[in-house]
Amino acid sequence: MSQLSERPDQPVVGTSMPHESAHLHVTGTALYTDDLVHRTKDVLHAYPVQVMKAHGRITALRTEPALTVPGVVRVLTVADVPGVNDAGMKHDEPLFPDEVMFHGHAVAWVLGETLEAARLGAAAVEVELDEQPSLITLRDAIAAGSFHGAQPVMLTGDVEAGFADSAHVFTGEFQFSDQEHFYLETHAALAHIDEADQVFVQSSTQHPSETQEIVAHVLGLHSHEVTVQCLRMGGGFGGKEMQPHGFAAVAALGAKLTGRPVRVRLNRTQDLTMSGKRHGFHATWKIGFDSEGRIQALDATLTADGGWSLDLSEPVVARALCHIDNTYWIPNARVAGRIAKTNKVSNTAFRGFGGPQGMLVIEDVLGRCAPLLGLDPMELRERNFYQPGQGQSTPYGQPVAQAERISEIWRQVQENGGTSDRRREIAAFNAAHPNTKRALAITGIKFGISFNLTAFNQGGALVLIYKDGSVLINHGGTEMGQGLHTKMLQVAATTLGIPLHKVRLAPTRTDKVPNTSATAASSGADLNGAAVKNACEQLRERLLRVAGTQLGANASDVRIVDGVARVLGSDRELAWDDLVRSAYFQRVQLSAAGYYRTEGLHWDAKTFRGSPFKYFAYGAAATEVEVDGFTGAYRIRQVDIVHDVGDSLSPMIDIGQVEGGFVQGAGWLTLEDMRWDSGDGPDRGRLLTQAASTYKLPSFSEMPERFNVTLLENATEEGAVYGSKAVGEPPLMLAFSVREALRQAAAAFGPSGVSVELASPATPEAVYWAIQAARRGEVSGKGVTATGASGNGVARNGLVSDGRSGNGHAGNGGSRTDAEAPSGA
Amino acid sequence: MSARITVNGKEAPISPAAPHTTVLEFLRDRGLTGTKEGCAEGECGACSILVARPGVNKPTDWVAVNACLVPVAALDGQEIVTSEGLATVGGPGTPPTLHPVQQEMAVRGGSQCGYCTPGFICSMASEYYRPDRCAHPGSDPDSAPYSDSDAADSTGTEHGPNGFDLHSLSGNLCRCTGYRPIRDAAFALGAPTDEDPLARRREQSPPEPVATEYVQGDRAFLRRGTLAETVHLLREQPDAVVVAGSTDWGVEVNVRSRRADCVVAVDRLSELRELRVESDHIEIGAALTLTEIERRLNGSVPLLAELFPQFASRLIRNNATLGGNLGTGSPIGDSPPVLLALEASVVLASADGEREVPLADYFTGYRQSVRRPDELIRAVRIPVPLSPVAAFHKIAKRRFDDISSVAVAFALDVEDGTVRKARIGLGGVAATPIRALAAEAALEGRPWTAETVEAAARELRAAGTPMTDHRASAEYRSAMLGQSLLKLYARTTEAVSS
Repeated sequence: MSQLSERPDQPVVGTSMPHESAHLHVTGTALYTDDLVHRTKDVLHAYPVQVMKAHGRITALRTEPALTVPGVVRVLTVADVPGVNDAGMKHDEPLFPDEVMFHGHAVAWVLGETLEAARLGAAAVEVELDEQPSLITLRDAIAAGSFHGAQPVMLTGDVEAGFADSAHVFTGEFQFSDQEHFYLETHAALAHIDEADQVFVQSSTQHPSETQEIVAHVLGLHSHEVTVQCLRMGGGFGGKEMQPHGFAAVAALGAKLTGRPVRVRLNRTQDLTMSGKRHGFHATWKIGFDSEGRIQALDATLTADGGWSLDLSEPVVARALCHIDNTYWIPNARVAGRIAKTNKVSNTAFRGFGGPQGMLVIEDVLGRCAPLLGLDPMELRERNFYQPGQGQSTPYGQPVAQAERISEIWRQVQENGGTSDRRREIAAFNAAHPNTKRALAITGIKFGISFNLTAFNQGGALVLIYKDGSVLINHGGTEMGQGLHTKMLQVAATTLGIPLHKVRLAPTRTDKVPNTSATAASSGADLNGAAVKNACEQLRERLLRVAGTQLGANASDVRIVDGVARVLGSDRELAWDDLVRSAYFQRVQLSAAGYYRTEGLHWDAKTFRGSPFKYFAYGAAATEVEVDGFTGAYRIRQVDIVHDVGDSLSPMIDIGQVEGGFVQGAGWLTLEDMRWDSGDGPDRGRLLTQAASTYKLPSFSEMPERFNVTLLENATEEGAVYGSKAVGEPPLMLAFSVREALRQAAAAFGPSGVSVELASPATPEAVYWAIQAARRGEVSGKGVTATGASGNGVARNGLVSDGRSGNGHAGNGGSRTDAEAPSGA
Repeated sequence: MSARITVNGKEAPISPAAPHTTVLEFLRDRGLTGTKEGCAEGECGACSILVARPGVNKPTDWVAVNACLVPVAALDGQEIVTSEGLATVGGPGTPPTLHPVQQEMAVRGGSQCGYCTPGFICSMASEYYRPDRCAHPGSDPDSAPYSDSDAADSTGTEHGPNGFDLHSLSGNLCRCTGYRPIRDAAFALGAPTDEDPLARRREQSPPEPVATEYVQGDRAFLRRGTLAETVHLLREQPDAVVVAGSTDWGVEVNVRSRRADCVVAVDRLSELRELRVESDHIEIGAALTLTEIERRLNGSVPLLAELFPQFASRLIRNNATLGGNLGTGSPIGDSPPVLLALEASVVLASADGEREVPLADYFTGYRQSVRRPDELIRAVRIPVPLSPVAAFHKIAKRRFDDISSVAVAFALDVEDGTVRKARIGLGGVAATPIRALAAEAALEGRPWTAETVEAAARELRAAGTPMTDHRASAEYRSAMLGQSLLKLYARTTEAVSS
């Protein structure tokens, strides 16, 4: 067992406990960024001047009318920027643009004594625009060849040979929707200038160091003149990784210019219309199977809707490509990635970061092809799993470690869920109910953990022990509800060998731990936990030497357990507080900076090859749904999940992440239906679903009626802190099982062997049209079985939904007939 | 100008808040930042608070409402409790004692980011204190004979063994947990103890309605003591915005930044808060909340009983009224299709007296009606006896708290296998709610058979002029009109055969 993964006696990690702030949450006393406004004197309120056109050059911006509004103090424009006018890292995201790039783009900000005054001031600002043509839909952008950023290609094996060896070749197309983060707390920042003219910004940010950098470059300051603090966030989900920077910069700029604290807090409409979302994707694919249904070759092109600026679109596409294999061995593959440039908000990180999009493509392909291959979808998936001991690598060249967990988890989830009995019950139910159908689908996941960009895989911590024995830890990670701080407290208590109540955690601040990575990529506990552990180990070693001297033993024979230092095999002991006091008087340093870098990673973005991930997280979910044949409405009856978090640092936290991720994924795939006005009217480019009333999140009615989550046992991960694995993102993708169950339930209304296409999100309307198509049997496998190697796998899975897929992606789910399939070897 | 509100047991002046200031803004300005803004339109529940209101089973109920929608001036003279007020403050240096609802939520992992949590706490506390909560454990046994409501609890998973109704949380969104631990916390709750101060408060009278004249600058929030005074005020101030629960107006204020010079509240007028069962009709006061109507009718109008669980959320139903839903006149309001099928009429009151207008004649255009600016909706009358076959089908993306793509309400008399009378109300297919007259004609006098139903379903599919928008396509909307009749027919025949 590695030194990093080994747990001492009586570890505090592994104990199930609620969130460290749970008492503050339930009493309403937990503070979020905007709650600080009430505690701050003389705050000015900032309000954006949004231009409600999709694209156009600003020909005039008149701020004078705003200044006549009572209570308006100042209007911030590009002329006020002392440093770099850019809110991002790529210099393609001007904070104050001279060109409106999307409907709702903020071009200036008004500061007022009250929010009402700032709002009225913003309404008074006059903007003239030379309107330009715009691209709203992904399809239009692709047709226009509007792309930005890198266009990576992932290659492995010999794709043409793979198709030549295939008994069945199918092609298709799939477009699926974007997703709004809808963290309950909208973007917020509160900036003030301290006595030495330095900038202090409270920000709801997952990436304080980058917020600091961008505030500094906008203000023309050095980083040491700017401090960013994040108390906690009311949800982040990736939406606060890049997007908070500009809002923090506006607050800081306002504070710098007026000398007064400035608050930026977006209302929900502003947040929805100004901040980026999960990328919607378009995919074209061609896949070859052998006669047994084993994948021989895949040729795919994934195009992400990047929106107007690059933001994190390049790494998102990279991760999509790196996850198109999911749990399946694809010996020959060519997968290309592109980023469409559209006149919409700049899409960004969202839990899974492209991984879900890549994996959704292959799961959709398998779900559509299984009936054409005459195989049960479960069977098709199983046949293609990575197998242990075969030396199989991912299409980007990383060996698949722990591949045995894929099949083991698959087996366990069936056993836990009693799926074979339930599948029989479902068949009987369906035979007896012409208007209601049930289905059970199982899907698995494999998700790579680490940032693709190797440099980000480092973390830092600062641990302070005070003379009275109390411990204060600082680390670079941010708390957004995922329980990171709870785990860090547990790690510190475990490493130091003291009770949890001795340890307190300070808010995340850039002047405590510098140059931190975003709390993202599920890596928060891995990176910061190892750094906290490292700092605590340094302190423990120093204290053990003191204890050894005090107790008359060699330091290596002393253990600190539950706040008492004891010599092995002896009853000599020393209480923690006494030990700390002794150390102080012996002038032993009682603070330590901890550091961690993930080892063994390498990645070449140009050749798109390497081993970018420390390990993979695995899981599987079995989901049963019931669908109403009259309307397409459905319920999730039961979900059983087995998920691999290594040896859990904090089981209640981890189960919460699994459940919450699953439901959020189910929301993306079934309910959350982003719509943009792509017509040629005056509102072209407008987000139509810009409120909670029109963009529906999962509510209690979408919760699985029975929801059983099991963490994989005996799952020690050698390469991570105390044997744990990352948990933030992977469970989201367990929700593929919901979509596949809906597909199978829709199919159950028609004749067998029908390949059902299902739009994503699979809203009740989308499911209804899928049922109608299944009933007509139009997608049935006439000529399903391409025999031999002739490759004429003419799967007539070519039903382009007849203009009625109804989720605004009419025809998106359509695949074409396989006329272009290579004929013959 | 002496408007006052009691917050967590302490009285405070409302001034200097502006007349449009919401309870949420008022609380946060006072440092009670536990109450959060998540959406500002009554959809997410992060702003939920408890209000002491006239009770159905006890003198006072603790009712959870959306603080983001209600002007604080509307709570002049009233008592509210926030998440901060539920915990019992200990002595100096001792942490507060958690309320049982807070305790269960905390220990069961019911909070992750914690932002929605105070709102969940208040909604859950309201259900915790519901006096009849333990009276009907398990799923609701009082379903109507032909009830096929999609909101019904078919699996029993929406009611806890402690009688906790999960629909009480239908207006609260959590983006983190996936809800399971919140359900576990809700279902683990016991009964309030005898010492519980909020439980004891229920035994006392609720705060009396007070007349309010809250004026700041050139804007006013007014509440008169009687109907007569109110209709006279409306005659003087024809441009006044009339509010009951503010569930619609609050959205206009927050999201569309509308401001009114004069807002007139009618929600406490006793003349608008009566529910009377007469020999030939039931009269429902226009300012009774939907929750009050639901509890007081107690299933006696099955079509309404089907409607209520599907009408917005519990938080909204605790403030929304039939008068408001008809007053805004939205074509996608959920009550008009039902009231059309029930052949309801509207009683309009003004300084000149009252007139009764059949609902079928009430709507004149998009959000327009025959109601004059100086008229108030005083009551809704539903003729009895009721048609025995009743169903309400709401087509939406989400089962709890969504806006309908289309809504269809059926009230049918089927005698000896023949449809004697058919009334069908439709929402979401035209500029106003409408009756499906052609489909009604295709049913009436004909045998209740698959052929009749198919013919009537064809008429339904052709009803109105549905649009394509972000909720649904026109094709789906039309299809669903027909499907809902086929579904009703299938359910009735299945019920007979089984």
